[in-house]
Amino acid sequence: MLGWELPPHHTGGLGVACYNIAKELALEGSQIDFVVPYTAAHPGSEFMTVHCATDLLPDDRFGLGVYDNPVFFSNPLLRANDNDLCDIRSVRERYCKYVEKLVSHSKPDIIHAHDWLTMDAGVRAKELTSAPLVVHVHATQFDQAGGKSGNPLIHEIEYNALMMADRIVAVSNVTKNVIVEKYNIPADKIEVIHNSIDIASFSDSHKYDTRTYKYLESLKEEGYTVVLYLGRLTIQKGLSHFIRAVARASEKYDKIVLLLAGEGDQRNDLIKLASELGVSDKIFFTDCFVHGKQVRDAYMGSDIFVMSSVSEPFGLTALEAAHYGNALIISKQSGVGEVLDSVLRYDFWDIDLLANQLIGIATSDALKKSLQQDVQREYNRISWHDVAISCLRMYKLLDKAAVV
Amino acid sequence: MSKRGIVLYLHAHQPYRVRKYSVFDTAEKHDYFDEAGYDHESERNNEKVFKKVADKSYRPMNALLEKLLNEHSDFKVSLSITGVFIEQAEKWAPDIIDTFKRIVDTGRVEIVAETYYHSLAFFYSMVEFEHQVAAHRQKIKELFGVDTKVFRNTELSYNDSMAKWADEYGFKGILAEGWDPILEWRSPNYVYKPAGTDNIKLLLKNYRLSDDVAFRFGDRNWQQWPLDADKYNEWVNVALGDQNIVNLFMDYETFGEHQWEDTGIFNFYKAFIDKWLANPANTCYTVSEAVDAFEPAGEISMPHTVTWADTERDLTAWLGNTMQQEALRYVYSLEDDIMRTNDLELISDWRKLQISDHVYYMCTKWFNDGDVHAYFSPYESPYDAFLSYINVIRDLRWRLYCHHHTGGLNG
Repeated sequence: MLGWELPPHHTGGLGVACYNIAKELALEGSQIDFVVPYTAAHPGSEFMTVHCATDLLPDDRFGLGVYDNPVFFSNPLLRANDNDLCDIRSVRERYCKYVEKLVSHSKPDIIHAHDWLTMDAGVRAKELTSAPLVVHVHATQFDQAGGKSGNPLIHEIEYNALMMADRIVAVSNVTKNVIVEKYNIPADKIEVIHNSIDIASFSDSHKYDTRTYKYLESLKEEGYTVVLYLGRLTIQKGLSHFIRAVARASEKYDKIVLLLAGEGDQRNDLIKLASELGVSDKIFFTDCFVHGKQVRDAYMGSDIFVMSSVSEPFGLTALEAAHYGNALIISKQSGVGEVLDSVLRYDFWDIDLLANQLIGIATSDALKKSLQQDVQREYNRISWHDVAISCLRMYKLLDKAAVV
Repeated sequence: MSKRGIVLYLHAHQPYRVRKYSVFDTAEKHDYFDEAGYDHESERNNEKVFKKVADKSYRPMNALLEKLLNEHSDFKVSLSITGVFIEQAEKWAPDIIDTFKRIVDTGRVEIVAETYYHSLAFFYSMVEFEHQVAAHRQKIKELFGVDTKVFRNTELSYNDSMAKWADEYGFKGILAEGWDPILEWRSPNYVYKPAGTDNIKLLLKNYRLSDDVAFRFGDRNWQQWPLDADKYNEWVNVALGDQNIVNLFMDYETFGEHQWEDTGIFNFYKAFIDKWLANPANTCYTVSEAVDAFEPAGEISMPHTVTWADTERDLTAWLGNTMQQEALRYVYSLEDDIMRTNDLELISDWRKLQISDHVYYMCTKWFNDGDVHAYFSPYESPYDAFLSYINVIRDLRWRLYCHHHTGGLNG
């Protein structure tokens, strides 16, 4: 299994997903070699063999300035220097070499590669061993770009690997549709296996600390409804529409406030937009990535969680928010909506509808409580175990095909 | 001695579905039931739905009933037709009213009484409930020239106090579900006397034989599929034995809408009636005739409300969650303010909001059963249904407040 990160060294949902899939596969009797691009200890991952492909520290694996490193873009066709690990391209090269060596020692039955950073290593391993290749798409470059065109080099890597893959896993129909429409991959090559949530990983001992968001607490006492967004402030997340919807809602009902927990390159634009709409006092920016306790307090202190994305492959935060008792409103362009019934949905651009839904929940306890309670029953039904079982079923079919 | 008989009863109803009505429509537009002007293709477009079901069910089934009436002097059937059905038919398919009139004129088709608005008013306001029963009786009298004599309440909901009310009102019969936990060792194939009443008699639906047609007929996963008239006729004969009647109660829309024509439902029904009446020992009864023909075999008490819905046979599909309870509480709490206005349009809108289908669309219990497809709703989710409804309630409050200076806006 080829991945880019594992807990505790993860920065996003990808590491958590890989970890849980691998763990459940191991519990079902699979032997897993998991390759990461850095060197670190992985306590809790003893059920598999974790291979460290480079001697980089976990924080350096994206090179300098992540993968939009200006050096990388100004000279994209430069032959990367293996010895210079300062850019993402050379990290990938080293990763690939390591994988080549690994599969020459022991041929895997299945190669399972997660997202574009590991895809060319996956393709190379397939060429060397002719073992079936599964490409697991958690997000494409099109999702990352929020409807814009994105980085053409990454597109090429993704396209190549999607063509070479024996089977593609998409984390939602939203993602599947992107793969079909943008990369022209036949739909029947793609299997949708929705992500899940590991409820046990939440420390339920956490007690809500009202001091974290003290001002919001006092607003709540005055009857305000707190609406939460948690994540990066980027164009992919559809936040300008969201803020317009909050402003629209305020015309009819003004006891709604929005907490934007996170940071990102759209921050200044959003602050400006809020002031133009005259709702600056209704919108709270945490102005930093929230971590640990702040995240849980944000979830616990809010009433409604909105996933407003323009294109969201899955959207694990919605399930976390549900766990902490939020009513969910999810854009139809977000994959997580496909596994939930007890939510309200809207098209990310439909400002009036979102405003209507926000007011509806804010002014009806019955609706708010129904949504909050009903969705909790639902996510309890989904599990990473089921994800692993779906993967195993797919492996078996691939294995048979390979023998033939 | 009276012949052994089947009692055929069909219930025809179409609700006025609330359009996708936003909080931004409140205090602006009052066209709650007119989705046609917004999302024409939607299943909330009442005209579209009515016309569709008219083609698939009401026209062919009325034609079949007329044919059976012509061919068999013994064929009889009872119908309940809600007031809101009649209103919509008059607007969008008046020929259906004509054929209903023709078959009622044979004297062998009885109309059953119920609430005009297919409402749950009995459980919230007796004054409103009685008004709706009277309005329905009057509409039926105007249209068909007949008086209703037997009562059924919305969703065949029934309990002892309802039987007592119907008895005192003067109905000679009342319909209910023949539900095993109530009947225990007793058979639904007799006439009964409701507990605590003097004159009224109770007819109990034989739910197995009724639901074989209404729910299972076209189900290819059903072990008994395909069901033909011979087999069904034998089942009815075996079930009846030396008892009096088999009550086959179902939705009118079973024919052509719930069970599509290509399942063979129309031919099946015709063949079954032909077969049943070919035996000179058999006959059909209208509900009134059945009540007159037989003495009660015993007394039956249902202190708790029983309906013909779901495996629970209760009202949880309408009152099971807090959204539904809130919606009904809001709508009925407006009664006094609304009635005081004498504003006929406002009163009519308020009554249409009592149609039980509105809260049915808010039902969430199938999420627990994982049986989402067992319920049909024209809304994206129960929560969306609630949202539109509650925004309409707000607009009613606004109209009261602005035009009549009564009530409050209450958020």
